[in-house]
Amino acid sequence: MNEEATQERVTHTLGDIAIKIREMHKWYGQFHVLKDINLDVQNGERIVVCGPSGSGKSTMIRCINRLEEHQRGDIIVDGVELTNDLKNIEAVRREVGMVFQHFNLFPHLTVMENCTLAPIWVRKMPKAEAEETAMKYLERVKIPEQAHKYPGQLSGGQQQRVAIARSLCMNPKIMLFDEPTSALDPEMIKEVLDVMIELAREGMTMICVTHEMGFAKTVANRVIFMDEGQIIEQNEPEEFFNNPQNERTQLFLSQILQH
Amino acid sequence: MSTPEQKYAPGTHPDLPPPFASTGPIKWIRENLFSSPANVTMTFLAIYALYLILPGAFSWAFSDATFVAEDRNECRALNSGACWAFIAQRWQLFTFGFYPPDERWRVVLAFVLLILVVIALLWENCPARKPLLILACVFPFLATWLLLGGFGLEKVSTDQFGGFMLTIVIGVTGIALSLPIGILLALGRQSNLPIIKYACVAFIEFIRGVPLITLLFVASTMLSYFLPPGTNFNLLLRVLIMVTLFASAYMAEVIRGGLQAIPKGQTEAADAMGLKYWQSMRLIVLPQALKISIPGIVNTFIGLYKDTTLVIVIGLLDPLGIGQASLADTKWQGLSSEVYLFVAIFFFISCFAMARYSLYLERKLDTGYKR
Amino acid sequence: MSSNTALQGGGPVTRRNPVSRLWNDKQTRSVIVQIIATVLIFAFFFYMVQNAIANLERLGKDFDFAFLSAPASYDINQHLIEYDSRSSHARAMTVGIINTLLIAVSGIFLATILGFVLGVLRLSKNWLTNKLAHVYIEYVRNVPLLLHILLVHGLLVHSLPKPKQASSVGDVAFLTNRGFFMPKPDPEPLFWIVGVLFVIGLIFTFLFRRYARKVQDATGKIYPVFRIGVIAVVVIPSVAFILLGMPVNWEIPELKGFNYRGGMVIRPEFIALWLALSFYTAAFIGEIVRAGITAVSHGQTEASLALGLPRKRTLNLVVIPQALRVIVPPLASQYLNLTKNSSLAIAIGYMDITATIGGISLNQTGREMECMLIVMALYLTFSLLISTFMNWYNSRIKLVER
Repeated sequence: MNEEATQERVTHTLGDIAIKIREMHKWYGQFHVLKDINLDVQNGERIVVCGPSGSGKSTMIRCINRLEEHQRGDIIVDGVELTNDLKNIEAVRREVGMVFQHFNLFPHLTVMENCTLAPIWVRKMPKAEAEETAMKYLERVKIPEQAHKYPGQLSGGQQQRVAIARSLCMNPKIMLFDEPTSALDPEMIKEVLDVMIELAREGMTMICVTHEMGFAKTVANRVIFMDEGQIIEQNEPEEFFNNPQNERTQLFLSQILQH
Repeated sequence: MSTPEQKYAPGTHPDLPPPFASTGPIKWIRENLFSSPANVTMTFLAIYALYLILPGAFSWAFSDATFVAEDRNECRALNSGACWAFIAQRWQLFTFGFYPPDERWRVVLAFVLLILVVIALLWENCPARKPLLILACVFPFLATWLLLGGFGLEKVSTDQFGGFMLTIVIGVTGIALSLPIGILLALGRQSNLPIIKYACVAFIEFIRGVPLITLLFVASTMLSYFLPPGTNFNLLLRVLIMVTLFASAYMAEVIRGGLQAIPKGQTEAADAMGLKYWQSMRLIVLPQALKISIPGIVNTFIGLYKDTTLVIVIGLLDPLGIGQASLADTKWQGLSSEVYLFVAIFFFISCFAMARYSLYLERKLDTGYKR
Repeated sequence: MSSNTALQGGGPVTRRNPVSRLWNDKQTRSVIVQIIATVLIFAFFFYMVQNAIANLERLGKDFDFAFLSAPASYDINQHLIEYDSRSSHARAMTVGIINTLLIAVSGIFLATILGFVLGVLRLSKNWLTNKLAHVYIEYVRNVPLLLHILLVHGLLVHSLPKPKQASSVGDVAFLTNRGFFMPKPDPEPLFWIVGVLFVIGLIFTFLFRRYARKVQDATGKIYPVFRIGVIAVVVIPSVAFILLGMPVNWEIPELKGFNYRGGMVIRPEFIALWLALSFYTAAFIGEIVRAGITAVSHGQTEASLALGLPRKRTLNLVVIPQALRVIVPPLASQYLNLTKNSSLAIAIGYMDITATIGGISLNQTGREMECMLIVMALYLTFSLLISTFMNWYNSRIKLVER
């Protein structure tokens, strides 16, 4: 598809470090959710995170844009360290897009307004320009005709594609996906995955928590398996699926691939 | 066993009318009034009660009532029912209180402007909405000027305010000011800064824990102690402050309910996009929270509006106060039912209108965004 | 951005001055904001207290609660405890508290009954009663309570007969514009037996319910607990009462001069306030009850009926427990409202807290601050008690959710 967009994305070469997590721990009260997380993500890398529910995968990627605070260790995103400093947090959030399991579209705003909100208020973009960008990305996720509807009028799959377009409108360097297809009906999963695959092909840096193993095999550079707050295993998809090293990984894979 | 032969080929069955007697007025009456022995009894009891009350009330209020008379005795001599002559003679007092008669056009003008502003605020497609909204912004100052005078108009003291005019002044001011204060208090109560949070909680719970009457007493007797010696500020203003504070505590609780109903994902999405706290409140959370809490907000308004009657206990002359003062007049003694009913009708109309509006909004919002 | 800075991870932080860095640190900012808030709050209170001290000094007053023990020297026409004009202000206040509690409790009692009736009528399939209840609720809710009180009071005072022409109920109770005069019970010595039987009945019913539950758990057998309870609490004491030869004397009020003497009297102020408060609050309770019952989704009833539970059990075991969850919190706040609204008593001269300590005592002693503080503290106490109960109840019935 369009060359221009592809061009735009390859501004940073593969090999630059986009996200760097060192010895990161997090607790909810007494409960130790994340234990000693270490992770480097290169620019342009596509990472799929999987693991049983409650293993801390969502918490981990939510730490990357500071929706959750970590208590120990360092997280450096796009060269900015995440501390209590609000300016740093804002800087990171400007560059990191996030797609949620439950879409979290703003129901009181139209699709177009959802997309232009952040560019206008955070990037201080003129409205006309913001709408132009929004339209570009809505076309890209193949729902330009829905621009003036309200989220409540769209199907789940359409809503999730709007949510992706909304994030892309900020022109982010990194995209986080938190189980983007888990709340969708089976027939809608594909339309969302298609958009994500396309995004991956254009070289977007992505971290995706998902159970879509097909997606992982097609686009991921690396698959990470988490359990009980730890990264148990990470590998290239081929190796990961065909030759899992850890016993827990094997168990998990056998459970989800049984059917 | 043989199944009966189908009359229509599959997929060609037409819509048939329902069997007789399952529609129409007979069915309606049977179902809604006489569906069971208990229901029959209730229906007859209700009809009997209506029979007891309605004819008597009607003749008291209309057919046996006197509309023109000089005093109570004349009323009684003319007819056995209500003595509306009293109201007819004094309606100006009930409307304007002791506002100077030559200046009453100012009150009327302010009221007309208020109506325009309210229409513009509530009706999204009203003609000339833009200029009216600008009017809404300057209205508070305009109305204050019109009512109090100064700058070319004759000055009128607030002691002369009274009647329905006073009710509306207190009600509208309280409503307009309690909403923003209530929003701030609600946000404060949801804040994760403990001191701000507990200050708001303490304020809200204190106000909600005491009756409005005691606050009005505080306004009339005690408040001046807490001001610098020698300051003496207007009783009406003190009452307005208390009524506003009172209403805003209740408002805060209503809005807090709305805030709690907004899923956490909304603020998370706003955070993830890089919006700041006030931006995400203003653009994302509050528009939604206020929309959900509209019915509660209107109910608080209605409550506040009804509570304005309490100002009589500290000597302001709202319609009830005027009524009580008039009843002390020997010419008209003993007509309390007429006076109170008259005032009740005024309140009923205004509160019922507000309640209906809130119901209408509730239904409109209930359908959500699927327009 | 080079990979080098990325690895060091300084970011915008290092490029800003220290003040901006402090202000933009989340924790520091929250501390700063809170310190400012605290200072402002304290400054505000300090300013007020300072003014109050200056004003009191200027007026030659002090801040002292000693006046409470001075004689009140005013009369209170309804007092459930010993009181006359030589009693102290503290005593007057106690009478006021008791009167407030009396009106609150009796109001809550009547309002609850009326409210549930209204709620059920609003849900009934009978179109006529449904509409009548609706009209009633709309009228009552949209007219200020004070008006209702004054209207009822006016009706009582102006349309009830004078004592001389009193309408009597079987020549033992009399309805006049001075109040409702009733016979006063004067129990004979043997009456205690009835009382004891009643208490035993209550305890028995309580224990029997637990026992019945246990038996049901163990064997599945279901006892008619409600019926047995009624027999134990109501029927047995009544029978004993009759068998003992009704050991109660009644002191019947008699007309002496312009008024009735003897017996018990309920004053028109109390009746007016009681009826107005109850009928007003009942309208709100009615809507709460209706909302509570409709909130239980129809699916719940259907599921229960489909399981084969009869209608009565469906109501008892499925609908009511869920409806109560919705009803009780707003119900409690209506009780609270009723209690606070009882302060409107002052408008018709019923002597409650506001009218005694916050009214006449305040005017006589000129101690505005002390009196208002006491009044507010008392109402706050009631509110706290009711909301503590409400929180306890809520936490008890809260649905277990993830």
